[in-house]
Amino acid sequence: MNRPRTWPAHVLLTVGALVMLAPFAWQVVVSLQTLPDSLRLPPKFTPSWQWSNFGDVFRSVPLARQFLNTVVVAAVVTAGQLLLCSLAAYAFARLRFPGRGAVFLLFLAVLMVPGELFIIPRYEIMQGLGWLNTLQALIAPGVFGAFGTFLLRQFFRTLPRELDEAARLDGANPLQIYWHIMLPLVRPGLLALGLLTVMWSWSSLLWPLVVNTDPEMMTLSAGLASLRGQFQTNFPILFAGSVVASLPVIALFVVLQRHLIAGITFTGSKG
Amino acid sequence: MLSKREWAWGYLLIAPMALGLAVFYLWPIAQTLYLSFTESGVFGGYTWVGTANFTELLGDEEVLGALGNTLLYAVLVMAGVPLSIVVAALLNVPGLRGLSVYRTLYFLPVVTMPAAVGLTWRYLFNGDFGAINYLLGEVGIDGPYWVGDPDFAIYAIAIVGIWSTIGYNAVLLLAGLQGIPRPYYEAASIDGAGRLRQFFRITLPLLTPTTFFVVVITMINALQVFDLVYLMVDLKGPALSGSRTIVYLFFEKGFVQNQRGLAAAIAVLLLGLILVLTAIQFRLQKKWVHYE
Repeated sequence: MNRPRTWPAHVLLTVGALVMLAPFAWQVVVSLQTLPDSLRLPPKFTPSWQWSNFGDVFRSVPLARQFLNTVVVAAVVTAGQLLLCSLAAYAFARLRFPGRGAVFLLFLAVLMVPGELFIIPRYEIMQGLGWLNTLQALIAPGVFGAFGTFLLRQFFRTLPRELDEAARLDGANPLQIYWHIMLPLVRPGLLALGLLTVMWSWSSLLWPLVVNTDPEMMTLSAGLASLRGQFQTNFPILFAGSVVASLPVIALFVVLQRHLIAGITFTGSKG
Repeated sequence: MLSKREWAWGYLLIAPMALGLAVFYLWPIAQTLYLSFTESGVFGGYTWVGTANFTELLGDEEVLGALGNTLLYAVLVMAGVPLSIVVAALLNVPGLRGLSVYRTLYFLPVVTMPAAVGLTWRYLFNGDFGAINYLLGEVGIDGPYWVGDPDFAIYAIAIVGIWSTIGYNAVLLLAGLQGIPRPYYEAASIDGAGRLRQFFRITLPLLTPTTFFVVVITMINALQVFDLVYLMVDLKGPALSGSRTIVYLFFEKGFVQNQRGLAAAIAVLLLGLILVLTAIQFRLQKKWVHYE
C-alpha cells in the first residue's frame, strides 16, 4: 500500500495550533510590557521586561491569598469528590440493593439540570449557616457531584465479576473489596476525575463571585474579575495576574494530559 | 443471608453522596421552582405571586434581548463544530506524528481559566489598540469596536467561545473517528475513491452519532455562557445590551438587584429552554444521524 502523505495535515494543524497559542504568547509578552508600550499602534510584539508588573499585581489585590484559597479549595474539593464519588459509584456498579436503579436515575436527572438552578438556594443555605465569605462556602457544594459518580461507575462496571466473588469467599466485606481491590483498578478513572475536578474548581467563576465578595476570600477567577474593575485598560497588570492565575493548571495539564484526554473520551463514547 | 448485608452496605456507601446531592442539588431545584413563583421582600422573605414573574419576564425587552443574544451565541458556537471535525480528521490522518503535541496545543484554551481567557481577548478585540483591528487594518478593513459595540460584542464573544471549545470537541470527535473501521476506507480506495470523496462519503456519515453528541453538548454549554460576557464586555457601556445573556441576566437580577424571585424564574426559563431545544435536537437527529 502507498503511504499517504502527511505534510498537508501538518501544515494545516500548525496554522491552527498557532491560532490557539498566539493569545497565550501575547498575554505573556504584554504582562512584561510597560503601560505605554501595551497601548502602542502598531502593537509592540516584544516584551519590555517590566517585571515590576508582577509585584504590582500582588500589591493591588491579595493575589497570594487568593492563590492559596484557590489551591485549598481545589485540593479539598478534589479529594472529597474522589472519595465520595468512588464510594457511591462502587455501590451502584457492584452491589445489589432495592431502589438502586431509581436512585441512580435521580443522579442522572441532576446531571441534566443547568447549574444556575442551584445557585440561589445554595446561597441561602450558606447565608443561613453564616458561611458567606468563607472557604467552606466554596468547598461544601463542590465535593458532591453526579457526574463523577456516573463517570466512575462506568469504570467499576468494566471490572470482571470474579474479582468480588473471590474476595468475598475469602471473607472480605464490601468496604474492604472497594478499598483493596477495586480502587487500585480504577486508577485511570480516578486520575481523570481528579484532573477534571481540579480544572473545574480552579476555573469556576459564577458561584465564587456570588458567595464570596470579600477579596481576601476570593478565588483567582473572581479575583481577576475584580482586578478588571480596578484596572480597566492596564493590561500589563491584568495579564501579570492572569499568567500567575492560569499557569499552574496549564502546567498540570501539560504533564498529565494523556489521562485527562482518556477520561474525556471515555465520557464521550459511553455517555 | 448475604444479600441483606449487601443491601445495608449499598445504602451505607451511597449515603454520603446521596445526602449531599439532596441538600445541594435536589432541594435547590425544588426551591428554585418555588421561588420562581414568589417575590422577594426588601427585608427578606418571599410572597407568592403566581405566574407574575414569568409574565413580567416575557414582556420585558431586556429579557427578550438576552434570549435573542443567547440563542444567537449558541447558533454561532454550534456553527463552529465543523472546524472541530476538520481538526479531528487531520489528527486522524494515518501515520501522523506529533499527535499528542497538537492535541495539547489545541486543548490549552480548554484548560485555561475563562477569566484569564476573557481578559486576553478583551485586549485583542480592543477597538483602538487591539491586535485584531490592527491586522484587519493591514488588509484594508476598518474593524468595529467589538466588545464596546452592541452590534458586534456577541460575535466577538462567540469567536472566543469557538476558539476555546475546538480542542475539547476535536478530542471527542477524534475518538469517534477512531471507531470507524479501517476496512471501509480500504474498500473505498480499491474502488478508486480519493481521500476527499472518502471523507464525505464514509467519514462524515459514520461520524454523525458523535457529531450529534458534540452538537448537543456544545449547545447546552453555550446556552449557559456567562464568564466570557462578564470578562470581555464593558459592563457599564452600551455594549451590554447586545451581549447580555440569560445567565448574565440571572446574575444581574439575583445578585446585583437582589430580585431573587425574578432571578429564579429566569433560571427556570433557562431550564425550559434547554429541555425544549435538546428535545428538538433529538427529533431532528432522525434526519441526519446514521446509526449502524
